[in-house]
Amino acid sequence: MASVTITVNGQKRTADVEPRTLLVQLLRENHGLTGTHVGCDTSQCGACVIHVNGKSVKACTMLAVQADGASVTTIEGLADGATLHPMQEAFRDNHGLQCGFCTPGMVMSAVDLVQHNADPSEQEIRDWLEGNICRCTGYHNIVKSVKAGAAAMRKTKTKKK
Amino acid sequence: MYSFDYARAKNAKDAAKLLAKKEAKVVAGGMTLLPTMKQRLAKPSLLVDLAASKDLKGIKKAAKALTIGAMTTHAEVAHSSVVKGACAALAALAEGIGDPQVRNRGTIGGSIANNDPAADYPAACLALGATIVTTQRKIPADKFFKGMFETALKRNELVTAIQFPMAEKAAYIKFPNPASRYAIVGVFVAKFKDEVRVAVTGAGPGVFRVPAWEEALAKKWSADAIAAGAVKAADMNSDIHATAEYRAHLCAVMAKRAVAAAK
Repeated sequence: MASVTITVNGQKRTADVEPRTLLVQLLRENHGLTGTHVGCDTSQCGACVIHVNGKSVKACTMLAVQADGASVTTIEGLADGATLHPMQEAFRDNHGLQCGFCTPGMVMSAVDLVQHNADPSEQEIRDWLEGNICRCTGYHNIVKSVKAGAAAMRKTKTKKK
Repeated sequence: MYSFDYARAKNAKDAAKLLAKKEAKVVAGGMTLLPTMKQRLAKPSLLVDLAASKDLKGIKKAAKALTIGAMTTHAEVAHSSVVKGACAALAALAEGIGDPQVRNRGTIGGSIANNDPAADYPAACLALGATIVTTQRKIPADKFFKGMFETALKRNELVTAIQFPMAEKAAYIKFPNPASRYAIVGVFVAKFKDEVRVAVTGAGPGVFRVPAWEEALAKKWSADAIAAGAVKAADMNSDIHATAEYRAHLCAVMAKRAVAAAK
């Protein structure tokens, strides 16, 4: 067993796990954060996308032990209390989900995109979402949501300044 | 996944030492190794993680060569202004690997040490005439890639960096598998003062050069110089994604596009 300490959504948490435990298993099974989904378990679908040290990664293709000492943000860490993150709000406003299974990964991936491209074009959004699959094929509204979410994130940023 | 022990190497030397353990394996980004372990196709006794080995990271440009540390991620290469300035084709190649999340974890050293016959980096290394620096020696790319998933690396030898000479012009064009973004065929062309080098990935059992095109392009740097037929269908892979004939055809088309795009 290995002791793994990560800062999840701002909170330091430690668990004893086998080295073969995936990061997504640690989050879901040890820390009870079931917002991060396991879709394909083969790093294709992106339902498990989270942020590790600020960058989006697929939590099904990273070991928990590899994340020891890292800062992790999951979908549960985006909202500010009862106030949704602008990207989450945009997915709701634009009907960016149908069954909702892919949504946590879509939102986490989109937030990472906007971190280094504040105003992505439709093509840039579609290219970026290469690693996120929506089995309902609801891509059109997802792209619309990301565009709106990026605009809302730009606005919040200016307000904060 | 079979169970295993895990250790973080402090640096390349430490990693090489840890690798002495029987059936130990090194993990860089893990984008190939972890899926392979999940399928129980690999069963390491000890996984040596290189992520904390700071000596394996970084991008440096000197007068004659661009040096990229083995643990540099695809995203870091793709977004590096140093790489873009020294060899835009290499940055563009990195940006075309997998998807953003794979690019945030996958590394150049992992990619070339794995030598997947459809990976992108081996084509860049071979066409640019790169030197692979390891914990023991320096290996020219021409002697490094040995065919499907095989390299000149010894069991406890690690890639530490890759040195790319500067080309006058270069480009990489690939016909990606629409699902995985691996190359069905990818062609990297590089024009130097005194020679031209052309490397093809995805098409055959391993990355290879095309001497006929290199000679033709050295005489005349133009897409018309690429003659179909220099790459034979008999040497190509054939699978559900593309037949051998189609791959041979794609080689010439991608090579022409690469020459036209090179800058």
